[in-house]
Amino acid sequence: MADEPDFESVVTDEMRALIGVEGPATVSELTTTSVRMFARAVGYTDPVFYDEAEATKQGYRGLPAPPGYLGTPIFNPTNSDATFGQRGGGFRPPYKNQLNGGTDIEYFDEEICSGDVLTSRTKLESIDERYSGALGGPMMITVNATTYTNQNGMVVAISRGTGIGYGPRSDNE
Amino acid sequence: MAEQVYFDDVNEGDEIPVLEKNPSSQQLVQWAAGSGDFYQIHYDREFATGNGLDGIIVHGALKHAWLGQLLHDWVAPAGRVKRVACSYRGMDPHAQAYALRGTITKKYTEGERNLIELEIWGENEAGQKTTPGTGVVALPAR
Repeated sequence: MADEPDFESVVTDEMRALIGVEGPATVSELTTTSVRMFARAVGYTDPVFYDEAEATKQGYRGLPAPPGYLGTPIFNPTNSDATFGQRGGGFRPPYKNQLNGGTDIEYFDEEICSGDVLTSRTKLESIDERYSGALGGPMMITVNATTYTNQNGMVVAISRGTGIGYGPRSDNE
Repeated sequence: MAEQVYFDDVNEGDEIPVLEKNPSSQQLVQWAAGSGDFYQIHYDREFATGNGLDGIIVHGALKHAWLGQLLHDWVAPAGRVKRVACSYRGMDPHAQAYALRGTITKKYTEGERNLIELEIWGENEAGQKTTPGTGVVALPAR
């Protein structure tokens, strides 16, 4: 917009160099218990998420994962956060205030079911900067893409998360 | 569950059945356990107000999962949800009505798959679309 104030970019060459680079692998598990807990939390009443006989009747290998459930990263107190568990990584904007901008999950032909062990890797896909009138300053918008591969080497989902950073910088104190 | 929806029987512009929610604090605790996200702004009122919020707020990822349920409940049992995408444009407090809705924007065949694209969104009691997005589902043909 023409009346947008100028602001100084905080994107560095080091940040740009991260685009497209895959991070370390994270392992996530799906069990019958974890699928039921997720389905219950969302509020599903469809028995396919709870009853293994029904899931088998519908042709699934186990209880199918409801949309949005990509397994639970294996928790270990030595490498996991008490509040958020083990995080898959990905680049976070260097601002103190972070907003979750959005989620986009694409699924492929092979279903995700209880009993699966998924390995995911995250890479930074894009970095943009804009002035936000609502936030009263510049904001950085990042997209991290995470590819989930099952125990048979098949890609079962790609999840894209948009992060928004704004306010005081977190990297210059 | 409702009867199976078939590709042949739907058209661009059709609205799909609405999914109504009114999340209790109990549901947000269940979501924390189900998703593994125990951030306190979603279930601890004092923590939330101490962080400048008016009260506890619904997890963005739960709203994304509700959009997934909106699509699943419409296409089950033979259809499949292929993509769920949304933006988080506003914070939603718990214990308020929240409606998930969708409208078909495109109907097409790709290989042997019958695909439907939809505009999907979650809206609050005031009718504001705080979680706008898009979805793709595969439907069986008759």
